[in-house]
Amino acid sequence: MSDLKAGSNLEKVLRAGHFAFTGECGPPQGADVEAVRKKAAHLKGCVDAVNITDNQTAVVRMSSWAASLILLQEGVEPNFQMVCRDRNRLAMQSDILGAYAHGIRNMLCLSGDHQKFGNHPESKNVFDIDSIQLVNMVKTMRDEGTFLNGQEIETAPRLFIGAACNPFADPFDYRPYRLAKKIAAGADFVQTQCIYNMDKFREFMKRVVDMGLHEKCSILAGVTPMKSVGMARYMAKQVPGMDVPDSLIKRLQGAGKGNVAEEGIRFAIEQIEEFKAMEGVSGVHLMAIEWEHRVPEISERAGMLPRPEV
Amino acid sequence: MIVAEPKPVSEILDMVKDAGRVLIVGCKGCVTVCNVGGAKEAAVLASTLRIARRNDKSFIADSHTLERQCDPEYINELEELIESYDAVVSLACGVGPQFIAERYPSTRVYPGVNTRFMGGAVEHGVWSERCAGCGTCVVHYFGGVCPIARCSKSLMNGPCGGSTNGKCEISKDVDCIWDIIVKKMMEQQRTDELIEFKPPKSWVTARDGGPRKMIKEELVK
Repeated sequence: MSDLKAGSNLEKVLRAGHFAFTGECGPPQGADVEAVRKKAAHLKGCVDAVNITDNQTAVVRMSSWAASLILLQEGVEPNFQMVCRDRNRLAMQSDILGAYAHGIRNMLCLSGDHQKFGNHPESKNVFDIDSIQLVNMVKTMRDEGTFLNGQEIETAPRLFIGAACNPFADPFDYRPYRLAKKIAAGADFVQTQCIYNMDKFREFMKRVVDMGLHEKCSILAGVTPMKSVGMARYMAKQVPGMDVPDSLIKRLQGAGKGNVAEEGIRFAIEQIEEFKAMEGVSGVHLMAIEWEHRVPEISERAGMLPRPEV
Repeated sequence: MIVAEPKPVSEILDMVKDAGRVLIVGCKGCVTVCNVGGAKEAAVLASTLRIARRNDKSFIADSHTLERQCDPEYINELEELIESYDAVVSLACGVGPQFIAERYPSTRVYPGVNTRFMGGAVEHGVWSERCAGCGTCVVHYFGGVCPIARCSKSLMNGPCGGSTNGKCEISKDVDCIWDIIVKKMMEQQRTDELIEFKPPKSWVTARDGGPRKMIKEELVK
């Protein structure tokens, strides 16, 4: 496998044809190193790489690259996230060099939630470049060995490039085309938005497979177990681009008091089982938001353990 | 046009609280069209200030409206008038108070409106942003719609994952402009153009390149 693009564990797992499994860790709203280590410990050995979010929902947190380094120290492979909201092309490229210099090998390129949602809504946003341009910039740095201005990089960063994909955002008919655009720009893998509407996702994947996109890029299906009926309702109504069918909310309600979280996990496991068999899906991205301690159990019950050694 | 909105009267009253003679200067340009800074609004504001300061018998508030406040030729018209006042409140866009202050350095000039954006009337009494003045127009790539000014994230390769039912993630009252661009381009069977990667934009011609100036050589003597 000498022709690896970056040589990350995630890339090797996918290249070897294993069904990949990635996790997620939100850094703390403070400088608490132990908080990051604790989350890392829950995820270690359960997943192939862990996404480290970048000021998610526009709330200030420990920087993504810094928390990624703590994961590296803990022996967990990070997937360094970067949004276009907070940095211009100078800061982005310098952080990419720095992240690579410290051993980061996966990077997820995102637009970023608008700052209006966050805890500094008065801030100025940047959006110097967009997420697809960011994907292409990281690819150019890696494959051409040049900065965005065309200047040669002395030691080019070699990152496995990820992007996000939301099959449930509108307009639905354009979503497979936008994915194609991201792949053409240089995405090696994509992780989807949390999937709850399975019918719609099946339709999306059918179109993606018809276009042959799954052969050019690894697609990881996004799964977030519902912890409560309140969470399901909140996601249905308040989170932009999220599609939570009423049938799922009813199913959770039907589980009865004290059993909702278990029902949420059961649904997530059923989803994972279906994704394993779904054409075009190369893995699952498990976003157990502030539920990292349940990841070992979910991984075990979903038959995702042990993770392959590559 | 440049669209502005009135500053709260309380804010204007506070600005001129130490002035005994105030001149409200209107503008017959954009601010007249969007009904915030023309002759009528200037007269109304002068009257409002007089009523608010009615206990101060010596207080004077008058109004005068210029053809434009973005042209020294018209600013010069104030020369004889301005000496009689302690303060000038300009109801033009942000250009107006600066041109007045530059021409009459000893006069205290205050902005009476907040300049919002470049846009147009979409229905009676409603104006909407259309242009960000980036200096390199690209609307023809996007079905005649500008994503720089009208997408909350100025995406060149949108729409982002926050687009829901034609609305932007920032508010249900804001259209997702990429939803409009995509539907229009797909209807026109121009999806292939949309899938074409749009490279990062040069912001050199935008405000990011520093304060801007336009020189039309043939007019410069």
